[in-house]
Amino acid sequence: MKILVLIGNVPDTTTKIKFNADKTAFDAAGVQWIINPWDELALTRAMELKEAPGSSIESITVANVGRQETEATLRKALAIGADKAIRVDADAQDAFYVANQLAQIAGGFDLIFAGVEASDYNGAAVGGMLAELLGIQSVSAVSGLLVEGNSIKITREIEGGSQTVGVVTPVVAIVQKGIAKEPRIPAMRGIMMARSKPLEVVNPVATETRVSFVSFDLPPAKANCKKFTEEQGKELINALREEAKVL
Amino acid sequence: MSVLIYVDNTDGKFKKAGFEAASYGAAIAQQAGMKAVAVSLGKVDAAELQKLANYGINNVMSSADERFASMDNQAAAKALAVAAIQCNAEIIVLAHNNLGKAIAPRLSVKLQAGLVTNVTGLPTSLSPFTVNKNVFTGKAVGHTTIHTPVKVLTLSYNSFGLVEKTTDLVVESFDTGLGQADFGLNVEQTQQVTGKILLSEAEIVVAGGRGMKGPENWSGIEELASVLGAGTACSRPVSDEGWRPHGEHVGQTGKIIAPNLYFALGISGAIQHLGGVSGSKVIVAVNKDPDAPIFEAADYGIVGDVMKVLPQFIEAAKELKG
Repeated sequence: MKILVLIGNVPDTTTKIKFNADKTAFDAAGVQWIINPWDELALTRAMELKEAPGSSIESITVANVGRQETEATLRKALAIGADKAIRVDADAQDAFYVANQLAQIAGGFDLIFAGVEASDYNGAAVGGMLAELLGIQSVSAVSGLLVEGNSIKITREIEGGSQTVGVVTPVVAIVQKGIAKEPRIPAMRGIMMARSKPLEVVNPVATETRVSFVSFDLPPAKANCKKFTEEQGKELINALREEAKVL
Repeated sequence: MSVLIYVDNTDGKFKKAGFEAASYGAAIAQQAGMKAVAVSLGKVDAAELQKLANYGINNVMSSADERFASMDNQAAAKALAVAAIQCNAEIIVLAHNNLGKAIAPRLSVKLQAGLVTNVTGLPTSLSPFTVNKNVFTGKAVGHTTIHTPVKVLTLSYNSFGLVEKTTDLVVESFDTGLGQADFGLNVEQTQQVTGKILLSEAEIVVAGGRGMKGPENWSGIEELASVLGAGTACSRPVSDEGWRPHGEHVGQTGKIIAPNLYFALGISGAIQHLGGVSGSKVIVAVNKDPDAPIFEAADYGIVGDVMKVLPQFIEAAKELKG
């Protein structure tokens, strides 16, 4: 069984968000780039599956759509333990553009992992779009996954509970928190080995842009916090009723 | 032309997120001079369908096919595409809940439609079609234009609210034309959490952080939540420590919530936490550290020991609700 893990290159989650002067684009100056947190958990789970005794996983490939500067993030994925990386050499336009590029390289994989969303533009769309373009099943809100022969057993979150479902490969698993406990951190040996692992660069296919950002705004600053003393808990609750009118 | 709204059900019952999507879709329909058509997949009785008449819906297309209970994303997207074509939908609205965000991307591919998820309000312009969406997990808003004739939107929870508007509802059943081969998901087991207010539906959320010192102190949080009819939540360190289940973690990598009232008790407010709760209408913070970043996001705050403040909150809440 071959696994593909989609890797998003996103600003570190502690980044203070700012935009350029005319507010049309994210200001990337001084930003640290990381593997999208859910993609990192997905890769960790893929590694656990591959390392399990009697595993049928032959290889783990990671892929992204991005320019050369995103290769550091793919190398990190290789250092964590992926066998091979593919980069589609293009600027990510919208979610459909990204999914359509990935559809060119995603055929032939049995299990495809996508994160539930990317922490930058919160699209939550690429995994589902890719599955539709490939004409295969997708299961979303995945918090647990086991491989049993050519069938995949998935635990997913549903409104008000959870559910175990079985699905036959190929399938796109769109994962959230819980899929792996802690993301793996590359070890020195992994970092050394990553340098010699294959990283293939693929040209993009022509794809229309369906959605675009016109501009961005930061949310309005909050008014000052109204402070009460440690003994005034009751007064605060009363203010929620009388003043804020939320109780 | 019409606006099509997918209202999903759990065991035959609609939830608040579905009614909110209906309210929102009906408002767009009015703005654009179109009909508001809801679509329901799976077995939902007439009385439940009739509830949509309270939220400005003109027509309901209902497929009572029980196979949709498996929440098979591929099959649901296919059925919704059939409905969209049948009612000549130009705009399709889904809730940005587990099911809505799973189906919307697939549906948008089928209809060659532009998709915007996590939408926070009515279109600011119909031509070009422009809507606002949450980006950077609530740390910014993106103004987004869709260039395609057909548009798919998912609505961020509690961003529009319920808008009551009574209509004469026409309920029609419709045939999705799906065969057995269209369903590929085998549901083996379902666990429903009962007796708890769902975080995704809660109007009030009471959350605890490391300042609560240990899982043994959570009874106070649960008591306050129970008095207020609130959901309970926690910060990431708390779920990582195993004090509380992962499902309660709110923040950037956990659940994103937007209740009317949010209590952050013993939570310092790391930027990742704030991202997950900044959509809350009113935030109350209690923390020992006067410089904790949570106070910058909070509307009401107490610098002090949460163990001393929480019993006062519970007592005051009991008096209010008593």
